Amino acid sequence: MNMNLYSRGDKTFVWLNMFLVTLFTLSTLYPFIYIAAVSFSSGFAASSGKVVLTPINATMAAYNYVMNEPQFWISYRNTFIYTIGGTIMSLLFIIPGAYALSRPQLYGRRFWNLMVAFTMWFNAGLIPFFLNMRDLGLLDSYFGIIIGFAVNGFNLILLRNFFENIPQSFEEAARMDGANEFQVLWKVYLPLSKPAIATVALFCIVSRWNGFFWAMVLLKDDDKVPLQVWLRFIISELQDDEEFSSTLVDAAYSFETVSAAIIVCSIIPVLLVYPFLQKYFNKGILLGGVKE
Amino acid sequence: MPDETRFQRVLFVLRRDWQLYLMLAPTVIWLLLFLYKPMYGLQIAFKDYSIFRGIAASPWVGLEHFHTLFGSDQFVRAVKNTVIISAFSLLFGFPVPILLALMFNEILHKTFKKTAQTIVYLPHFISSVIIAGIVITAFSPSVGIINYLISWLGFEPIYFLTKPEWFRPIFIGTGIWQEAGFSSIVYLAAIAGVSPTLYESAVVDGASRWQMMWKITLPSIMTTIIIMLIIRIGNLLEVSFEMIILLYQPATFETADVVNTWIYRQGLQGGQYDLAAAAGLFNAVVAFVLVIAANSLSKRYSRTSLW
Repeated sequence: MNMNLYSRGDKTFVWLNMFLVTLFTLSTLYPFIYIAAVSFSSGFAASSGKVVLTPINATMAAYNYVMNEPQFWISYRNTFIYTIGGTIMSLLFIIPGAYALSRPQLYGRRFWNLMVAFTMWFNAGLIPFFLNMRDLGLLDSYFGIIIGFAVNGFNLILLRNFFENIPQSFEEAARMDGANEFQVLWKVYLPLSKPAIATVALFCIVSRWNGFFWAMVLLKDDDKVPLQVWLRFIISELQDDEEFSSTLVDAAYSFETVSAAIIVCSIIPVLLVYPFLQKYFNKGILLGGVKE
Repeated sequence: MPDETRFQRVLFVLRRDWQLYLMLAPTVIWLLLFLYKPMYGLQIAFKDYSIFRGIAASPWVGLEHFHTLFGSDQFVRAVKNTVIISAFSLLFGFPVPILLALMFNEILHKTFKKTAQTIVYLPHFISSVIIAGIVITAFSPSVGIINYLISWLGFEPIYFLTKPEWFRPIFIGTGIWQEAGFSSIVYLAAIAGVSPTLYESAVVDGASRWQMMWKITLPSIMTTIIIMLIIRIGNLLEVSFEMIILLYQPATFETADVVNTWIYRQGLQGGQYDLAAAAGLFNAVVAFVLVIAANSLSKRYSRTSLW
């Protein structure tokens, strides 16, 4: 459309709209800037609430504290284990499962699809899931966290839909050469489905990286907890501390700056994969969207 | 006779498609083991569950747990809070992504639009622990930026997170802040599908952008809006309890405690598995009915099923 077509009234509208969008965008961005500023401020400045936009009495003290805390590295390592292990596990289940569900000749296809969909409408709830994990001996174990959340109906259906929309003609040549189902999936479908698989993998990575509730419930051993659980522990210390008034006011770091520093450390990997995420999630949302 | 032919058919299909079944098997076994087996375990809602006897051998008690639940002020309060929090989240949260999508659509500057979108989608991908950490820091009475502003304006600082009357606005506002941007994607996709000829003829007729936004864009995405509304109503009970666990404290239970946080405290922390499972069953059944109702509504409305 051509800018010249707009009347004076439209110009006001365009600028007002720009202004409102800018306002909303800044209000989204600001808390992150604020937290980063707190993490680089001195404990005293942060505890007296002086930080607004930029660090005050800039210092790396909080980061030094975090880097020298063994639990930080343990839980950071654990988060990597859960994220990488969990994502690989999910793909190992979901890719062949979605392929099978997408094949028209699969006997009982309606039934199998219903079996997947039903888990999205009806959930046994927290307690039976927890008791089941306990009965399976999967409490307090890396493997329990990795296997217990491997399959997700939404991701499975997203990938199945993508496979369904690949025209049959693509696999005809492979079939002529006598390829079996595994070879068709591996040589024909996987190369054609890179964006869909990337979308599913990124969804898995993000949900694993951010996973908190079940890690808190299922893991007791400090050596196994992921970063989010440890971060929660630090933040709740901060909250308790509030009630007895801050004890660390004149230190170079305080609970506020330390928890802000951990927040920054835990956001950075998300920011690193974010450009890839952005590239794919538009497609992914449309694939898994309303029309299934 | 028909049974035998059916059996033969299954055998034939198995022989032909065994590779497909081999691919499907891990997923099916996983679903049975991790999602369907807990459904079997739900029977403890009607039993006096003891860890030592196990699920099957614990004695039946009928509806006793449900009587206890609905006689409990705390549980009834949790049900009320769930309904109130989700109703207000819907009321205030639902229009925001629509408005945002309309506004994004009116931005002509490509780079500006892209940058703004990149930023507002981001909070969706940030963990609830971090979001809660930011909220706790920002609203804290001694260090928080909000109270800094309040005292700068000459008022007394407020310890927001211990005030029951502040819990819901903070929780709902946080939810909107985190999800509105990302939720606008669906509407932007719908807007992208609106035929450009509609705008071209409107421009010829001398319509302003404001008029086109309300008279063309908004009506064109009405189907999407209604479908999203139906989905939201179907998920009405799905309050993000993880965030509530992170933000509430005993002082705010009065307005903050929802069914799932109650289940978490009674069951996972307090060990009353059977009673908490009964509450979970109640929650799941209501949610199921809502989802089914939402789907039949959307079928009638748009002739496209949600699944």
